[in-house]
Amino acid sequence: MSEQDVASGTKAVGRSMTSGKVASLNRTRSTVRLGWLVPTLYILFLMLPLYWLINMSFKTNQEITGAFSLWPRDFTWRNYAVIFSDPSWYSGYINSIIYVVLNTVISLAVALPAAYAFSRYRFLGDKHLFFWLLTNRMAPPAVFALPFFQLYSAFGLIDTHIAVALAHCLFNVPLAVWILEGFMSGVPKEIDETAYIDGYSFPRFFVRIFMPLIASGIGVAAFFCFMFSWVELLLARTLTTTAAKPISAIMTRTVSASGLDWGVLAAAGVLTIIPGALVIYFVRNYIAKGFALGRV
Amino acid sequence: MDRTWNNKAWFLVLPVLVLVAFSAIIPLMTVVNYSVQDTFGNNQFFWAGLDWFDDTLHSERFWAALWRNLLFSGIILAIEIPLGIFIALNMPKRGWGVPVCLVLMALPLLIPWNVVGTIWQVFGRVDIGLLGRTLASLGIDYNYVQDPFDAWATIVVMDVWHWTSLVVLLCYAGLVSIPDAYYQAARIDGASRWSVFRFIQLPKMQRVLLIAVLLRFMDSFMIYTEPFVVTGGGPGNETTFLSIDLVKMAIGQFDVGPAAAMSLIYFLIVLLVSYVFYTVMTNVGKGAEQ
Amino acid sequence: MNFSWMAWTWPTALFFTIIALLLIGMTVWEWRAPGGNPRVGILRFETTRGDRLFISLLGSAFINLAWLGLIGPQLWWSLALSVAYAIVVFRFV
Repeated sequence: MSEQDVASGTKAVGRSMTSGKVASLNRTRSTVRLGWLVPTLYILFLMLPLYWLINMSFKTNQEITGAFSLWPRDFTWRNYAVIFSDPSWYSGYINSIIYVVLNTVISLAVALPAAYAFSRYRFLGDKHLFFWLLTNRMAPPAVFALPFFQLYSAFGLIDTHIAVALAHCLFNVPLAVWILEGFMSGVPKEIDETAYIDGYSFPRFFVRIFMPLIASGIGVAAFFCFMFSWVELLLARTLTTTAAKPISAIMTRTVSASGLDWGVLAAAGVLTIIPGALVIYFVRNYIAKGFALGRV
Repeated sequence: MDRTWNNKAWFLVLPVLVLVAFSAIIPLMTVVNYSVQDTFGNNQFFWAGLDWFDDTLHSERFWAALWRNLLFSGIILAIEIPLGIFIALNMPKRGWGVPVCLVLMALPLLIPWNVVGTIWQVFGRVDIGLLGRTLASLGIDYNYVQDPFDAWATIVVMDVWHWTSLVVLLCYAGLVSIPDAYYQAARIDGASRWSVFRFIQLPKMQRVLLIAVLLRFMDSFMIYTEPFVVTGGGPGNETTFLSIDLVKMAIGQFDVGPAAAMSLIYFLIVLLVSYVFYTVMTNVGKGAEQ
Repeated sequence: MNFSWMAWTWPTALFFTIIALLLIGMTVWEWRAPGGNPRVGILRFETTRGDRLFISLLGSAFINLAWLGLIGPQLWWSLALSVAYAIVVFRFV
């Protein structure tokens, strides 16, 4: 399928516009009317397991294992109270947020100049460098888990936030470069040239003029860095033991250690969903744009 | 955009290069080194030559995991891509429904992967889960812990739940970029729903669809956390995919040599597929420009 | 800082040295004759000599793996085959 087919398709469409078959307007209308059902059903399917998790987080353990109920009969905040009063639980959230934010900042800081280079200049080996960066996004983290542990041990970084942040750069930096390059290529080059003629130095031009122009791109890139760092567990778990352990790893451990405290497990799960939900709410108007560039 | 030749641009790329090289090249070299040696810990290594590669290529365990993984990726693509397109076609184009749909649909993408596993583990349990309980009350003998088919079904449905939204959002982004004039022309022409899809919408989605296929293949081919949480690779080895097997070997049994050899073969397969996809993608882009 | 965990051996060091030398060689070649000699070969998409090197190396890896899996652990013949393959790639792709 190519653009030609589209062109010929629209040409054919255009030709018969003159013949004026307005009668068929209604037929396409009627199919649209039932269209809302599809996304609604899909969202329902998405929400059911989530509802069950939230439902469980407000139940007592007796009710979860004993009676089967579609909503909490014996409503309780106890599960959340457990998490917020126990440092070994809530420190997990703090750890996760620290390394996710660190990772987002590092990824963007190094990706911005690189993306500028890829979007504005041709240089020796640029295409291969770009592909090599992308292969790191595609490399299975399981391959790297073991040498990562050794590498970060050698630098004395095991169980620090920066170790996880750096490890996640492996797939987030290429991603950020890819997204930002797309947004930057959309900015006309004349703007750069005019700024240089006006006597702007490169760093000043970049920060004062260029970055505001691609602000939405930076937002989208930050969103995806946040997302992939937040959801990743394998590397985060391998590189931490206690002091920087992410919440998702604490969840798995506590479940096996303290028997099965289903209520607390559900509450912890609900709490891990909230930061993502907040972030997605704030960037909702930019997501479609980011996806439109086809760069995820 | 025509870009000027300037090798000084390398200085702008240097930070990325240093950072990614640190995280990618040193570990990759280490994996290559491990793959030709045997160790009993304490940093003592013994030359093993190509034995581990030989073993891996002749091990039923490896091939079984590879075929299982390919089958899984195939099923995932066959379900998620058409479903994603179908849902995207029926998304509202304007009004209050758009942000609501976008936010709710993107939600599963931002849940930590092991929490996704936990959600489905709980949801499918016969004793406390809504799904397991409902199926049981309908008289269906469903148990994802013991029955291989149920385990597979659970993992596939979980992945559909987790990732179809990505396909939907990509296709939706492709669809909203189609100018209204196209649709109006088609409507006046009396074009059927199918020909609108076939000749207007599908071509416009081609690029994003390629990306969706690429991403879904890659991510399903290296899936680890979700099935590990739900089934732990069981029953038996029925849902042991490549990454699960690899982690079992490297960290569970500390068989560093065989794990490294397997990693490299795994990585080469991924590299080959990525290169083919990447080449196709960039050349499709070029074809459209001309 | 201790790097003994990287467990270097002479054969693997030699392997990476060859790769590094290849990359340096390609850089020098590119510097002497810029542009990368792009052309459309039998695979019907445009390749530069860097692409051809990548296709050669990746293909060689699979040739050697296939030899190891199907025939036996003596890889000299498959290495020769890889070199022949690389020449074909540089000539026709």
